[in-house]
Amino acid sequence: MSSHNNGWRSAAVSTGTTIIAVRYDGGVVIGSDSRASMGGEYVSSRVINKVVQVHDKIFCCMSGSLADAQAVTNAAIHKLNFHSMQMGEPPLVQSAASIMREFCYKHRDELSAGFIVAGWDRKRGPQVFEVSLGGMVVEQEFTIGGSGSTYIYGYMDAKFKPGMTREQCLTFTTNAITLAMDRDNVSGGVVHLAVVTESGAERQLIPGNKLPVFSRVLLVNEYLGIQVRVVVRGNAFESFWRAQSTRRVVRRV
Amino acid sequence: MAMAMAMNRIQHLSASNILVPDWTSQEVSTGTTIMAVEFAGGVVIGADSRTTTGAYIANRVTDKLTPIHDRIFCCRSGSAADTQAIADVVTYQLGFHSIELDEPPLVQTAANLFKEMCYRYREELTAGIIVAGWDKRRGGQVYTVPVGGMLVRQPVSVGGSGSTYIYGYVDSNYKSGMNKEECLKFTAGALSLAMERDGSSGGVVRLASISEEGVERVVILGNQLPKFSSA
Repeated sequence: MSSHNNGWRSAAVSTGTTIIAVRYDGGVVIGSDSRASMGGEYVSSRVINKVVQVHDKIFCCMSGSLADAQAVTNAAIHKLNFHSMQMGEPPLVQSAASIMREFCYKHRDELSAGFIVAGWDRKRGPQVFEVSLGGMVVEQEFTIGGSGSTYIYGYMDAKFKPGMTREQCLTFTTNAITLAMDRDNVSGGVVHLAVVTESGAERQLIPGNKLPVFSRVLLVNEYLGIQVRVVVRGNAFESFWRAQSTRRVVRRV
Repeated sequence: MAMAMAMNRIQHLSASNILVPDWTSQEVSTGTTIMAVEFAGGVVIGADSRTTTGAYIANRVTDKLTPIHDRIFCCRSGSAADTQAIADVVTYQLGFHSIELDEPPLVQTAANLFKEMCYRYREELTAGIIVAGWDKRRGGQVYTVPVGGMLVRQPVSVGGSGSTYIYGYVDSNYKSGMNKEECLKFTAGALSLAMERDGSSGGVVRLASISEEGVERVVILGNQLPKFSSA
């Protein structure tokens, strides 16, 4: 990607991203951010939904090159549909993961996309599979992916407990994506969620201003030798302006 | 020039010869996880203990918490050689400055000395350093001097290759106004999580708490590290 001379104009569209899927007793919770970036400088879409429905009760999250991910996903939807019609019953989550893996592995040298496949089927209930870049498939209780995921490995390891309820999983997923979006410059926007259970699939969207806030501690006015530590609760934009305005007035918020 | 050619020859040898492992030609690096947290009355600093040359762990009980002065420490990450050299120089400069002043030096001074060195020689160095300590004027302070030579003071700072994995954990679990025990627990927990995920971090957790009373050092061995359940 020669993004040095022309910047983002000559960079490929990538879903530098944060995606996550968590399994709980009755279903799966899947989440992603909503940013598509070019060259790490330009956000080409701030509302893209990376949680794609590949069948009634099977979803997949895209990461990596957006073009590759969309191509593989569309091909997988077509193949899975056909397979399901042939079998005369809803497909297994493992079949969906297998189909995605086949594409990723066969064209591993040309493609650059990773996926999380999650859903519910009648044979084994809720399942989460990670289909990584080269075509490895691993079934896990929960999994994270994308560039933003590196920042939340510690958080996930500390916070995940087996046997969570649906509400706990939703909070857990939202918090994790928010933390990743706060640190990764190519993840951001809103949080797209999907919950898949035996009774069907349900989508949710959490806009930026409704995301959980982790307190921001800012250090202002150090050069005068006075430390003014302003703990501001609010989004990043709000806290920046509040910090600026407290430069004259020392105030503990 | 001769050294570079010799290195090339060794690299060429090791690349083609399976009897000579790759790590003989790799630079020694403290790919690492380091962390420092301020609390009222002092700072808590922590680091893992792994030094690697490529895939080989050159030292599994490294001490990356280096004293610069009585109440000022630095946490080293990046190239082991570079950081040791810089720390030695700054220790000398700070010691001299402190004698001239006839009083203990400020943490900000130590941090600025690190910054001067890391910025001036930024093309030749690979060093990410966290400077932390206690002084009478401003109490506990943490300054971070990452690769490139920026200097900024933060209440909590993480560094090294393993730090990327714990940004989310630190962001969500840090609260201002923690006391020393809470800071120690927070640091040990964060470092354990990073060591679990980062291949270049591991071994034991070394902690130190610096305050007006002095420096207290703790080592947490591998089997005593806090455990987190994960998939």
